[in-house]
Amino acid sequence: MSRYFTEDHEWVDVEGDTGTVGISEFAQGQLGDIVFVDVPEAGKALTKGGDAAVVESVKAASDVYAPVSGTVTVGNPALADNPALVNEDAEGQGWFFKLTLSDPSELSSLMDEAAYAAFVAKQ
Amino acid sequence: MSEADLIDDTGEEPAILTLPLDAWHRARGGRMVEFAGYHMPVQYEGVMPEHLWVRESAGLFDVSHMGQLLFRTDDGADLDGALESVLPGDIAGLKPGRQRYSLLLAEDGGILDDLMVTRLPDENPFDVQGLYMVVNGATKFDDIAYLLDQLPDDILINHMEDQALLALQGPKAVDALARLVPGVRDLVFMTGASFEWDGKPLWIGRSGYTGEDGFEISIDSEYVEALADALCAQPEVKPIGLGARDSLRLEAGLPLYGHDLDEAITPVVADLGFALSKRRREEANFPGAERILAEREVGSAVKRVGLLVEGRQPVREGAAVLGADGAEVGRVTSGGFAPSLNVPIAMAYVPAALAAVGTRIQLSQRGKVHHATVTAMPFVPHRYVR
Repeated sequence: MSRYFTEDHEWVDVEGDTGTVGISEFAQGQLGDIVFVDVPEAGKALTKGGDAAVVESVKAASDVYAPVSGTVTVGNPALADNPALVNEDAEGQGWFFKLTLSDPSELSSLMDEAAYAAFVAKQ
Repeated sequence: MSEADLIDDTGEEPAILTLPLDAWHRARGGRMVEFAGYHMPVQYEGVMPEHLWVRESAGLFDVSHMGQLLFRTDDGADLDGALESVLPGDIAGLKPGRQRYSLLLAEDGGILDDLMVTRLPDENPFDVQGLYMVVNGATKFDDIAYLLDQLPDDILINHMEDQALLALQGPKAVDALARLVPGVRDLVFMTGASFEWDGKPLWIGRSGYTGEDGFEISIDSEYVEALADALCAQPEVKPIGLGARDSLRLEAGLPLYGHDLDEAITPVVADLGFALSKRRREEANFPGAERILAEREVGSAVKRVGLLVEGRQPVREGAAVLGADGAEVGRVTSGGFAPSLNVPIAMAYVPAALAAVGTRIQLSQRGKVHHATVTAMPFVPHRYVR
C-alpha cells in the first residue's frame, strides 16, 4: 500500500484500484476542533482537484478536494457521530471516503510522505 | 483543501498594523490573523477549549484594536446634547461612572457602529471631564470622521491611540482581578471606576462581550504587557483568541458590527430597541427618529432573530433564509457551532411573519437545505453581576 499527499493537504492510500482519502495531520491541526464532516455518497463521481467533501471547524467551513479522480464507494460512517475522529486520528480512523480510481496515472503528480513532510515544513 | 483556510495571514503587507501585545501573543503560541487591520490572535490552544474555559473560569482578551475615545469641551458647550445628536441613548441622564450601550446613527437612522459610552467621574486616569467611548476597531476611523463632521467644533475628541484595552471575562474573572486590583468587586454591571495596579492608573468597567461577568481594563500601552502577564499568572486566567470571542458573543446573542449590523439596518430591525432611551423616544430628536419610531410602533418588515439549527452542520454568514416557495427572503449574518450547547446556532434577518419564537424555517447553504427554529436570545443565559 502506498500513501500520497496533495499540496492541499489531502492524503490518499492506494491498494490496487481502491483509494482511501482523508486530510493530513497538519491540516487537522490548522483547522482546530472539527464539528462536522460532509462526506460524499457512494456512487458519486469525483474529478481530481474538484470538490469532494466539506470539513467544518468551530471557525470555518473548508472544502476538501479529490486527490485523484474516481467513483466513491463509501463515506466514513463513523464521522457522522464523531467528527472529532479527524482531530484524534486524521491519517487513520478519521478517513473521509473510499473511491475506485479511474486514472491511477494521476498518482504520479502527488507527493510521497517524505516530499509532503518537506512541503509542510515550509508552510 | 483550500490554502486560504489553512495558511495564516502572517504576510508582509505593511498595511496590517501590530498591537502593543503582538510579541506577547506570539510568545504564548497565539496563531495570528489579520482582523480590523491588525495582526491579532485567533486562537492559542484552540477555539473550543478556550470558549469553554471562559464559561467556567476566566479568559483574557486583547481588544486593543478597539477605538478608545474621549469627548470634552473647554468652553461649557453642551457635550451631552452634542452626543445625543448622533446617539439615541439618554446621555444627559448618565451618572458619573455609569456606562451605556448605544448606537452611532447615520442621518437616516442606519447603524454606523455600536459602542459603549461612560460618563467619567471627576477623578480618572485620562484627566478629563467628559465622556469615554469604546467603538469597534474596524469602524473607528470612519466613526471619528463622522463625529468630527457632525459635532460642533467646540466638542473636542481625543482618540487615545496609546491606550491598550484588555477584557477579562468569565465567572472567576472577579476573583483573579480582585487579587491584583482590590476594589473591583464593588463595581456592578455597566459601571466603571478608576483604579491603580503597580502604581499605574487603570480605568475598569464591569462589562464585556461574552455574556459572562467580566471587566474591560484600559491601561497605557507601555504597561499592558506587565498587566497581561500578571493576569495570566492567576490560576483562573488563560489568554483567549478572537475565535472564541466570536463563538462566545454569538451564544450570548450579541450582534457583531459589519456582520449582524450595518448602515442599512436600523435599531428596531436589529432588535436593539432597548438602546432607544425613553426620554429620547419621547423627544424624537435622534437621527432617523421618524422612521425608527414608526418601525417601533407598527413593527419592522424584517427582524434579527436567533436560530437553533437542526443536525450538526453549522450554517454560517451568507446562507439564505428561504420562504415557503423556496425563494430567498432573508440572510444568515452570523452562524457557527456553539461549544457550550454542542449544536449549531445562527443569527439571521427574517421577514416579520417568520420572526416569532418557535417558527420553523428553511436555510440554504452551498446548495443544501437546512432546517432551523427561531429561538429567543441569548442562546446561553447572561450571567452579569448587577
